[in-house]
Amino acid sequence: MSDIALSRPVPVTTEPTFARMALIGLAVVFVALFLFAPLVTVFAEALAEGWCGVIAALTLPDARAAIGMTLTIAAIAVPLNAVFGIAAAWAIAKFDFRGKAFLITLIDLPFSVSPVVAGLMLVLLFGANSTLGAWLIANDMRIVFAFPGILLATLFVTFPFVARELIPVMIEQGKAEEEAALTLGASGWRTFLTVTLPNIRWALLYGVLLCNARAMGEFGAVAVISGKIRGQTATMPTMVEMFYNEYLSVAAFSLAAVLAMLALLTLLLKSLLEWRHADLLAATRRH
Amino acid sequence: MYRTIQFGGHALAQGIFLRSRGNGRTEIDVGHKRLSGRPVTVSGPRTGGRFHRALSKALESGHLRAGLVVAVAALGLTSAGTGPAGAQESVEILNVSYDPTREFYREYNELFNAWWIAQGNLPVTIQQSHGGAGAQARAVIDGLEATVVTLALSADIDQIAERTGRIPADWQARLPHNSSPYTSTIVFLVREGNPKGIEDWDDLVTGEVQVVTPNPKTSGGARWNFLAAWAFAERSGLDPTEFVTALYRNVPVLDSGARGSTTTFTQRGVGDVLLAWENEAFLALAELGEDKFDIVVPSVSVLAEPPVTLVDGNITSDAQGAAASAYLEHLYSPEAQALALKHYYRAWDTSKAAPGDVARFPDLDLVTIADFGGWPKVQPEYFGDGGVFDQIYRE
Repeated sequence: MSDIALSRPVPVTTEPTFARMALIGLAVVFVALFLFAPLVTVFAEALAEGWCGVIAALTLPDARAAIGMTLTIAAIAVPLNAVFGIAAAWAIAKFDFRGKAFLITLIDLPFSVSPVVAGLMLVLLFGANSTLGAWLIANDMRIVFAFPGILLATLFVTFPFVARELIPVMIEQGKAEEEAALTLGASGWRTFLTVTLPNIRWALLYGVLLCNARAMGEFGAVAVISGKIRGQTATMPTMVEMFYNEYLSVAAFSLAAVLAMLALLTLLLKSLLEWRHADLLAATRRH
Repeated sequence: MYRTIQFGGHALAQGIFLRSRGNGRTEIDVGHKRLSGRPVTVSGPRTGGRFHRALSKALESGHLRAGLVVAVAALGLTSAGTGPAGAQESVEILNVSYDPTREFYREYNELFNAWWIAQGNLPVTIQQSHGGAGAQARAVIDGLEATVVTLALSADIDQIAERTGRIPADWQARLPHNSSPYTSTIVFLVREGNPKGIEDWDDLVTGEVQVVTPNPKTSGGARWNFLAAWAFAERSGLDPTEFVTALYRNVPVLDSGARGSTTTFTQRGVGDVLLAWENEAFLALAELGEDKFDIVVPSVSVLAEPPVTLVDGNITSDAQGAAASAYLEHLYSPEAQALALKHYYRAWDTSKAAPGDVARFPDLDLVTIADFGGWPKVQPEYFGDGGVFDQIYRE
């Protein structure tokens, strides 16, 4: 019989019970107040006139056009950025060249530049008052205040998501497996498809989901470059603002609710992936 | 009461109604003289043709009249070639407008299309874009392909004309009333019961009042607000610069457009008084409940003339030009004027309007832009780079 067996184990890395409760409580209150309550408000406001109101609002031609616009933009921007992101991450992780640090900084640029500035840059570059813009307009190619401008703005702001997810994973994995494949006689393309791609697939998917969420939700850059033409260049976020400004709050919040649903769906997919493939993710993700 | 008439076979005029004559003619007073002619009722299928014939004849004979009487000659340029009957292809119009006209143009576009189809034309697809007038003008300068612009003040259209050359410099003489089919003024919107007891402009410069108004750099309405305050100070024998500086010291947030300011005040609950377009204030009452806000009419305000014009350089076909010209001219028809009155604008021709829509406007001592020397002088002096607004806002 020893003293050690009698004494209760005292965990040295944890706080007293009341401190733990207080901290957990604080976190729960914060989450409820700043994340959950606004989300509930959006849905409650949308349903202020019942489901009929929501359906009527979402079948308005302007709302339908905005939903179509946002989905089209995301459907084009996300695959393009996935390809660009893989290419950039591949170059940075697997090769050494001068100016690599500069390239990494450049990829981060859209994160640090305000979206409004991004939109303005495109307006200044392709607008009617620049040489390039004047030439484009003279040749009947419209960039600003039209679909291509909105796509460019979305591509710009969502560019870093895929590359940023892939770079650390690819650097960590190193070049050994690819080098082995190449010495065994595989072509470059086959090496990429059978070795690199399977290794990065979870990080890639994660990046694509984040990229998609941002592509559908972008407001600032799109608002500057869209020209705010109802039913033509309005995306879902800009249309929400227009409806709200026109005292059509049911329409505004219905559209906002659809946007929130799309975002929740993205999050759900992400969580599902993490839950189903936790071990694989742990093996390939940086954390 | 204003009426639009066709006189001398080749010109349109709008003026104060004097009397109807036995032969179906109407006599009006246009300020410097009396004119008589046939009243324009633009609802019948034949009158549209006459309307346009009048335009093309005005063009041929070169009759242009100053003041309130303006032959719609220049607009006839684009419509003379085809006329509405010739417009057999479907066309699109992009109307780039300022903030508070959203509701008016939504209804007007339907009214216009119904009339246009009744004239034997194919329906016109009308796209709308709204925002702060200055910002909208900027977008047109940057290449937004507006067919017509309907902005808050002529200085913004002057900017487009000057910087792009897509609008002739004398655009404002192309339609009656300085190309302003409707006018408005600036009033105060305060919270129910007027808890701060705001009655006039001098109540806005005390320390305890928060004033909401948009940014004069991007909003047309904000420039009218600024000038109205300036006019009050001048009339009361105060130093206008000091007065306006004190007023802007009480402004917590400058939105980019009038509608943004209205939502800041009404829905976000910021401020004690909103300097608002009269139509914007009435609309807020109608949409959000009369029990939440009160309108206070100051002793001095401005006659705000939001003008409309065709962006000639952006017209891609004769059919589009004809439709766009008709779109603007039809704004002067009794039906459209009644619609403007319904949407709380002070329109000219009250013949088709509901009496209640006309009676609700209080009489006001209105200062016009001409009292300040006109927009070409006011815009650079007060709102240009380093102008009066920049100086007072830096303090």
